[in-house]
Amino acid sequence: MTVVAKKTNNDGNVPLERPKTRKFSWDWLGVAPFFLFATLFLFLPSISIFIRSFQTRAGEFTFENIIALFTVSDIINAYKTSLTISLITAVGGALFGFMLAYAVVLGGLPGFLRAFLLTFSGVASNFAGVPLAFAFVATIGNAGLVTRTIESIFDINLRQMGWSIYNITGLSIVYMYFQFPLMVLIMAPALDGLRREWKEASENLGGTSWHYWRYVALPILLPTLLGTAILLFGNAFGAYATAYAFSGSFINLVTILIGAQIQGDVLYNPGLGNALALGMIVIMSLSMLGYTVLQRRAARWMR
Amino acid sequence: MRSETDRSLSAWAFLKGKNSGSKTSGRRGLNIWAWIIFIIGMIYFFLPLFSTFLFSLSMKKDQLSFEAYRLGFSDPDFWQNFGFSVMWAIITIIASLLLIVPTAYWVHWRMPRLRPVVEFVTLMPFVVPAVVLTFGLIRLYGSPPILLIGSPILLIAGYIVLSLPYMFRAVDTGLRAIDVRTLTEAALSLGAGWRIILFQVIFPNLRVAILSGVFLTFAIVMGEFTFASLLAWPAFGPYIELIGSQKPYVPQALSVVSFLLTWISIGIMQRIGRGAVQEVAGAH
Repeated sequence: MTVVAKKTNNDGNVPLERPKTRKFSWDWLGVAPFFLFATLFLFLPSISIFIRSFQTRAGEFTFENIIALFTVSDIINAYKTSLTISLITAVGGALFGFMLAYAVVLGGLPGFLRAFLLTFSGVASNFAGVPLAFAFVATIGNAGLVTRTIESIFDINLRQMGWSIYNITGLSIVYMYFQFPLMVLIMAPALDGLRREWKEASENLGGTSWHYWRYVALPILLPTLLGTAILLFGNAFGAYATAYAFSGSFINLVTILIGAQIQGDVLYNPGLGNALALGMIVIMSLSMLGYTVLQRRAARWMR
Repeated sequence: MRSETDRSLSAWAFLKGKNSGSKTSGRRGLNIWAWIIFIIGMIYFFLPLFSTFLFSLSMKKDQLSFEAYRLGFSDPDFWQNFGFSVMWAIITIIASLLLIVPTAYWVHWRMPRLRPVVEFVTLMPFVVPAVVLTFGLIRLYGSPPILLIGSPILLIAGYIVLSLPYMFRAVDTGLRAIDVRTLTEAALSLGAGWRIILFQVIFPNLRVAILSGVFLTFAIVMGEFTFASLLAWPAFGPYIELIGSQKPYVPQALSVVSFLLTWISIGIMQRIGRGAVQEVAGAH
């Protein structure tokens, strides 16, 4: 408004151009509820976590909470455990999921198995939390089917031999259940995208199967493969319900620690809890960013 | 010239394919590996399910029975918590639809350039895990000026956030398949009011998309644990967890019930939205 007024009053001359009246677009009103919701229940909580990470109990600015993230041994251990499990299940899930997708797409298995596997993967990748934890307790827990079968076959007592699944290995086995189906779901279309012409061209130029995979297929698939592995990493890193139901607070994950911090200030420092959550958001953001970048690269070769 | 080259190439490829006996045997070798991998995958898929089912049947000594189910279902707390979860699911679905469908429709019709922004927002739950979001919500709304902790608003909001990626994706895919602009403007020029446009033009075209979003949201909310547990609201997920620390066998029976619910919902969803495979889970 002020700009417009100045222009017309310029020494009483006739304005050289029509004042630009920027009309407010009422279109924004249509998306206002959505963004209001997102602000209230997504952005404000995240921003408040960010701000409180840099506050002392009295509300003054401090770096202490962030420094504590890298010095308090409980927190370092929690991050180590979370990162280890995420890394193991991301790599394991990616490799096994890739092989499985390869088997049904290019391995010459009957077509209906492919449809079956994809449907199943759709269900399994969404299937997690408390029931999944109890399923694995019934499978490889102390009284689990696999445990008892092994015990009766070899006539041994695994429990006395120090067998326990309530550790990183056990939890990784559980996580794998929702990890590799996700890989299958993303990898199958990518493998479909490998055109027969490329293989033929490679063969016509005298390339062996090794050459084809090393110089054609793998470079094309690599962004998808890595991107999905990163996605799996984030998927495991943010998991809470499965771990909690599986082992209670036996396994000291970052999510478990945050959960405990919610239920009672176990760290005896509210600011530290915020910093813990912030660290999580940062790692998740980085992994989503990596996924997006790689996904974009992968899209170059598709269609 | 060009076609000649092509023809000679294809002839060459044809001959090569015909003469390469080693290649076929190589493929057969591959096939065995494919079968082995596939079978290992199936064992991984089914062994836990089978074990859980068997476990849930073995409450009585030396015989299979549905005793654990009978015991589970006879607990009034079960029905109460289950009922709460159904209620949360229905409220979430309605609220999520009211939020997402008009927004997605509006974005498609009037502000297509905003679509990536909206999509980015709906993907936020992958950046802010449920437990972190709960933490933020409790810290922010657990004390004045805005006190929401006593009402289920935070729980429903959390569930809506969880459902955002799937709901938006389903509706967005549905809207992409139809020409929103043409349909809307045709309806407008024929004198249709907004209610008619939404309920008789747009919604019927989105039925499949909306239904698949609905069933997936239902599955997610029914099995959800993090929000309900940390915000201290009764729900099916926390109830199974609680029973798990009290009785053997019954939690496995309830897990089987939960499996079936998830599977039926997602099975229906996949049947309706054939081809639209859902990726990325968020409720672990």
